[in-house]
Amino acid sequence: MKKLILALAATTMMSSAAFAEEIKIGTILGYTGPIESLTGPMADSAEMAMKEVSDSGKLLGGSTVESIRGDSTCVDSAAATAAAERLVTGDKVNAIMGADCSGVTGAILQNVARANGVVMISPSATSPALSTAEDDGLFFRTAPSDARQGAVISDILNDKGVKSVAITYTNNDYGKGLAEAIQSNYEATGGKVTISAAHEDGKGDYSAEVGALAQAGGEVLIVAGYLDQGGKGVIQASLDSGAFDTFVLPDGMIGDSLPLAIGDALNGSYGTVPGTDSKGAEIFDAMAKAAGVKTDAFSAESYDAAALIMLAMQAAKSSSSNDFKSKVMDVANAPGKKILPGELAKGLELLAAGKDIDYVGATAVELIGPGESAGNYREILVDGQKNTTAKYR
Amino acid sequence: MTDFLNAIVLLLNFLVIPGIAYGCQLALGALGVTLIYGILRFSNFAHGETMAFGTMFTILATWFLQSNGISLGPIPTALLAMPIGILAAILLVLGTDKLVYKFYRKQKSKPVIYLIASLGVMFFYNGLIRFIIGPDDRIFTDGSRFIITAREFKEMTGLDQGMAFKMTQGITIVVTIICVAALFWFLNRTRTGKSMRAYSDNEDLALLSGINPDRVVMIAWVLTAVLATVAGTLYGLDKSFKPFTYLQILLPIFAAAIVGGIGNPVGAILGGFFIALSEVAVTFAYKQVIGYLVPESWAPEGLVQLLSTDYKFAVSFTILVIVLLVKPTGLMKGQSI
Repeated sequence: MKKLILALAATTMMSSAAFAEEIKIGTILGYTGPIESLTGPMADSAEMAMKEVSDSGKLLGGSTVESIRGDSTCVDSAAATAAAERLVTGDKVNAIMGADCSGVTGAILQNVARANGVVMISPSATSPALSTAEDDGLFFRTAPSDARQGAVISDILNDKGVKSVAITYTNNDYGKGLAEAIQSNYEATGGKVTISAAHEDGKGDYSAEVGALAQAGGEVLIVAGYLDQGGKGVIQASLDSGAFDTFVLPDGMIGDSLPLAIGDALNGSYGTVPGTDSKGAEIFDAMAKAAGVKTDAFSAESYDAAALIMLAMQAAKSSSSNDFKSKVMDVANAPGKKILPGELAKGLELLAAGKDIDYVGATAVELIGPGESAGNYREILVDGQKNTTAKYR
Repeated sequence: MTDFLNAIVLLLNFLVIPGIAYGCQLALGALGVTLIYGILRFSNFAHGETMAFGTMFTILATWFLQSNGISLGPIPTALLAMPIGILAAILLVLGTDKLVYKFYRKQKSKPVIYLIASLGVMFFYNGLIRFIIGPDDRIFTDGSRFIITAREFKEMTGLDQGMAFKMTQGITIVVTIICVAALFWFLNRTRTGKSMRAYSDNEDLALLSGINPDRVVMIAWVLTAVLATVAGTLYGLDKSFKPFTYLQILLPIFAAAIVGGIGNPVGAILGGFFIALSEVAVTFAYKQVIGYLVPESWAPEGLVQLLSTDYKFAVSFTILVIVLLVKPTGLMKGQSI
């Protein structure tokens, strides 16, 4: 009997080794569109995690992971759905790392991910509406909901003693959700919002929008938009007409290209972007530098999103979305051994041995509620044409 | 008194100066549309893309000049590069005329056929531009950014409100005045200009009196290309160059040409300013202006804004519809459509 069990165990081990497969993960981000300057580094970071796992040879008995990129365009839901559909039905990806912007993420989730039962982990979709969206347990995000960002921005404004603000937001799910979150939090703490007006992306001229904002007044202007798009246009037009000098920049406006494009006039403006001062962030930056990968906003979240997918696969001993979707929360949260970036091989080993892990990663991931990051933010101060870290919240 | 001055400066800064600069750009665009309508008798939908094409070559030439260290000091280098853009646009429209419109002229086609052909040409130009320079935002403004900044103005006058006057706005106004003056001198004083007007007024009579129609058509295209490139470059300098936005300003340009009376050059200019200023004025929030003018207790709590800025393009569209219903020939007597 004992021999039989041993033989069985031996054959299962052999067969599992023989089953080493080529796992495909769809990296769906807006390589074109309003945040295209961020998505290159994001994809590179996610692929860095995939390479780390492939090279370790420890995932599901030596499986390798390949990234297949698809363009979400950030704004065009139809194009994003088509790209995701192609990846899922054509390339047969096992999971999706993405998408980036909230609107297209919701569209892919409802039209492709749920229809085909594929797990999606978004590194940067932050709309509060996604917390309550029907997801069949398939959707997670390593970025926090903007409901949290609204509270953080409100705290920063109060700490700086700002009494009244004007808000402009890009006219989509992300902008509207964030603007509402900021407004409700700030007004609850006694601040005054003079105006909350939408702007459209992709226009040549924002002087009329800025005119209305300027008349409403306010000590600072909160620009809940995109850095390569209308957000930049509004800031430029505000500075040109002398309407506002200081801007509050939520996560969609944080990137190295904005301070360079606007120049010295942006110095003194401040903002927030998901981030932590945990050891993970440092390790991740060092790893990226060593691998020659440029990092920017949401790069660390992308690494973590890809890592979580692969760790959950290992925990479920299966690369099928339906099997590992229930494991994502387990590997991300306590209890278990803490896993930092660069330690994915160790995590895989522990999981293979049947032990628990608590993936900390580059952004101190802690998934709460419907599978979204609890939310640590880095307070940014623009200084000397650079985004610098003021503190962590 | 200070309050009154503040109110005036506020209006100038946010409404009048941007409105006039935008009006100049629309007026130059509308002049091109109106010239083609007057001579060739069709609405040229490819005009916005002609502007983008001329601007694109201006930008390429600007980059070339910049890389060779040539500049105009405080004035944007693009002005120096504009002749290249104009030349490229002239070659483009003359080539298009020879390949496309000439065929329909021989056929004596109806205006609607021309219009649809121009739509096809528009899509072709559109692709050509994206092929050469790509769809991205291009900033090619150099030189000094402001003639006077809001802060300098405040320090100079001691008023609460600042008034910024951008270099590009100043250049837009000056260049527009020069272009319009030159165009009117040409149309009213030279023999060729007079023959163009004759051709526009009555084609058959003009042909009987020995005016060469091919020459008139050619000159109309050349003038259109010049105006389009100048308008496009000024718009690109003042805002930023993105091929996509030139498609968007086609609507206000047509509105300006039709409101002013299509086929009538003076009307095109009036129409341009009318559309530009009403777009800005209707969507402007007058809260602070009224606040300065009335006693403090009367100051309005709300924004006093007629329409949200989202409706900016709707304004030019509405004016267009009203004019077509009430006075189809436009404010100045043009041809009715």
